[in-house]
Amino acid sequence: MAIEEGLKGELQKQGVYLTTWDQLANWGRSNSIWPLQFGLACCAIEMIASAASRYDIARFGSEIFRASPRQADLMIVAGTVTKKMAPQVVRLYNQMAEPKYIISMGACATSGGPFHKGYNVLKGIDRFIPVDVYIPGCPPTPQALLEGLMKLQERIRSRGLAREIAGKQGEYPIPAFGANGLEPRYNPDVWQPPASVPTPAA
Amino acid sequence: MLPSVEELKTVLEQLLPGVSLTVEGGSLIVPPQQLTTVCRCLKETERFSLDYLSNLTAVDYPSEQRMDVVYHLYSMSKKHGPVSLRVKLPRANPIVASMTPIWRGAEFQEREVYDLFGVTFDGHTDLRRILMWDGFVGHPMRKDYVIEDQDAS
Repeated sequence: MAIEEGLKGELQKQGVYLTTWDQLANWGRSNSIWPLQFGLACCAIEMIASAASRYDIARFGSEIFRASPRQADLMIVAGTVTKKMAPQVVRLYNQMAEPKYIISMGACATSGGPFHKGYNVLKGIDRFIPVDVYIPGCPPTPQALLEGLMKLQERIRSRGLAREIAGKQGEYPIPAFGANGLEPRYNPDVWQPPASVPTPAA
Repeated sequence: MLPSVEELKTVLEQLLPGVSLTVEGGSLIVPPQQLTTVCRCLKETERFSLDYLSNLTAVDYPSEQRMDVVYHLYSMSKKHGPVSLRVKLPRANPIVASMTPIWRGAEFQEREVYDLFGVTFDGHTDLRRILMWDGFVGHPMRKDYVIEDQDAS
């Protein structure tokens, strides 16, 4: 049952605090997002800087970088995902416990970035696993990463835990190495190629 | 001090009878059959002591049907370098002698050139792909390599 905001404020002045299960659970969940400790390229250096004292990701409860996917809530895909690395990234995501989230940090993880026309880089990790927050930049500054983390916190607070658990996806298929790329090239359940943009009439 | 490229050519041709070199843009062009002789001489002659192969790469010239393998040599003991060597190979079937017996550090660089350019190094003990996976088809740094369309289903 939703409580009227005005009544809630009035009661708080009298020392009575009311909340809901979802709000309480989300408050806890959103303030202790433990990231998976791994980095793929130069974005990882900015991620490390965010964890150090100057930017201090601990202010948001995310300072505990776990070395095991079993103990992590958040995967920060920090850097270039090569075709050779992509199956391992999907496998690590599969090994994380629900509910789990992905931040795609930087141009490479989002779209392939400067390697977009190359032969060896995946054009976005969202082709295989569902990304929650994209952070632009090459690499993004620690401030940008913290902003992305705050966006993720907002997202967690806006959704009920029951819905998160009900929306559990199970394992995502791990791509295999083909003759010149991954097979399949993308997971159609997660990502579809953009519809071709019609060229404006001259 | 290391002599200039022109002097180096003269000195090497005197030291190694039967070897003929040319100078092109600061590099010594070495005939493929004589590469081992020339490299061994550059490493083992006290005056040169080029004991360090800093770089080994290739350049693809499709218009000239040519594949060049490039070697950059330095001397750690004499503190001089670089000496740049180039070997011109036919693009259709590029084979050159491996430099691993002379410089151990050539092993991974030759594997990389084999992987990305498709140059075969004769005498290499473990010539297989190093960056791309084993089932990969083609050599992606060749100019005519067609990049896959990742959006295709």
